Amino acid sequence: MIKAANLTKTFGTKRAVDGVSFTVERGEVLGFLGPNGAGKSTTMRMITGFIPPTSGTVTVGGFDMLEKPIPAKQLIGYLPENAPAYTDMTVYGFLDFAAAMRGLRGDAKKSAIQRAVSLCFLQSVLHQNVDTLSKGYRHRTCFAQSIIHDPEVLILDEPTDGLDPNQKHEIRQLIRQMGGKKAIIFSTHILEEVDAVCTRAIIIDRGVIVANGTPQELRQKSEFAGAVTLRLKGVSAGEVSARLQPVPGVGKIVVLESGPGGVTVRAFAKPGGVNGALAAAIGEAVKGWPLEQLRTEEGRLDEVFRSITLPDTGKEAKL
Amino acid sequence: MNAWGNVQTITKRELGAYFSSPVAYVFIVIFLLLNGFFTFMVGGFFERGEAALAGSFFLWHPWFYLFLVPAVGMRLWADERRVGTLELLLTLPIAPWEAIVGKFIASWLFLGLALVLTFPVVFTVNYLGSPDNGVILAAYVGSWLMAGAYLAVSCITSALTRSQVVSFIISVVACLFLILAGFPPVINLLPNLSPHWQWLVEVVTSFSVITHFEGFQKGVLDSRDILFFLSVIVFSLFTTSVILRTHRTT
Repeated sequence: MIKAANLTKTFGTKRAVDGVSFTVERGEVLGFLGPNGAGKSTTMRMITGFIPPTSGTVTVGGFDMLEKPIPAKQLIGYLPENAPAYTDMTVYGFLDFAAAMRGLRGDAKKSAIQRAVSLCFLQSVLHQNVDTLSKGYRHRTCFAQSIIHDPEVLILDEPTDGLDPNQKHEIRQLIRQMGGKKAIIFSTHILEEVDAVCTRAIIIDRGVIVANGTPQELRQKSEFAGAVTLRLKGVSAGEVSARLQPVPGVGKIVVLESGPGGVTVRAFAKPGGVNGALAAAIGEAVKGWPLEQLRTEEGRLDEVFRSITLPDTGKEAKL
Repeated sequence: MNAWGNVQTITKRELGAYFSSPVAYVFIVIFLLLNGFFTFMVGGFFERGEAALAGSFFLWHPWFYLFLVPAVGMRLWADERRVGTLELLLTLPIAPWEAIVGKFIASWLFLGLALVLTFPVVFTVNYLGSPDNGVILAAYVGSWLMAGAYLAVSCITSALTRSQVVSFIISVVACLFLILAGFPPVINLLPNLSPHWQWLVEVVTSFSVITHFEGFQKGVLDSRDILFFLSVIVFSLFTTSVILRTHRTT
């Protein structure tokens, strides 16, 4: 549905987005991750046709955004960053306007508004002015605007920004529900959201895609992926390290905690090592010692995020 | 979805925006008060003893519009940019010109409404004497066209900035130029240079709204005057579209 090819945008001498390419198919929810100023919003603005790319092309549903902007834009629902809405209108008036601009008339318009209102829980503020709304409601009003025509493509720039935990949960559920039938791109810097909602995630840093894969695949990139943490009583850290070192597949060994109560040690898996087998091998190696805890770590997205987007300092920050 | 339908939807929204805030009412009241005061007190409507509105009523319009029209037009684009709704508007499946024209028409209709509400003056002059109502109608048309030209200039300045105040000030200055170009004290400065420069005087005065408005006040609907105002409008709206496009690319 969405195809971005070699998107580049320069502002003056600064390259905000540099050769970004990806595709999103129907049924996919693509999470767009990256530090502030990485080029997420700029990329989304190019996909929605708000700003033209310096070079590269965007195709939505087979329509080139530069050459056939109107049919391409018809397929898209867009929630811009900060969820702008006309403050001088009521929620109903605003949605009515959005529906009319999408070519909806009469009963079709009414039922579209009703659908969006009930999906976004806006009944209680329907006839309130937008500028009197709290941030959460305003956000949902703009979100309702983006889904009013039941678009095939949904572009959401930080859809959960500034919402309370309940509202975040609702919006995520909504995105996941719609994800089955639509092609969705949403940006966030909340990593748990990626796990909760996305089928695929892209990490973008300084205008370049630095990682692209399912949340599982991204986690695999973590050093923690497959690492085994174990806690033992009555032995010293040195003894443990000595026993673990010869175990095949064990890379670096880090002592996390060492005291009279016991030691906690983490053995990192060697890259490409035997993940599932490592815990068993380590369990075998420490046999006979009073083992309190032994678990295989999953990769952590936040750690992947930090090590990828800050390659120089990320590792030091972790240890 | 046809283009005209989009324009109408945007026009309706913009008109609603005027009347949902006090701006519209404040504007109309001030416009009517100024008209009343200047027509009867300063313009000497009664003392003139003539059944016409040109010398006492329409005379002031270029000057009222100088301040009032930029006040109406300043929010058109500046506010969209400040609030961020421009991003919504321009990612809708419409051509940019549809938004530009829709917004312009809404403000222009609003100015037309304010102008229509001066109708008691027409009743008064008809009650007191028997004026040529054709002339009065022509002058109204001219006044509305002139307001449209000012408004289109305000569209440009509004698209230039996020700040309504900056937009207001720049468009007052620009409209002042449109007035002064035909203002006698300014024109009289020019021929003193040299008779060879007579063409320059003509060029400058041809840009003046006052020169072009004069015909309408006499009841003459000259196609050149109509064309002048319409071309200022079209040119300004085109410039607005160029400015909006430039903002998006840089």
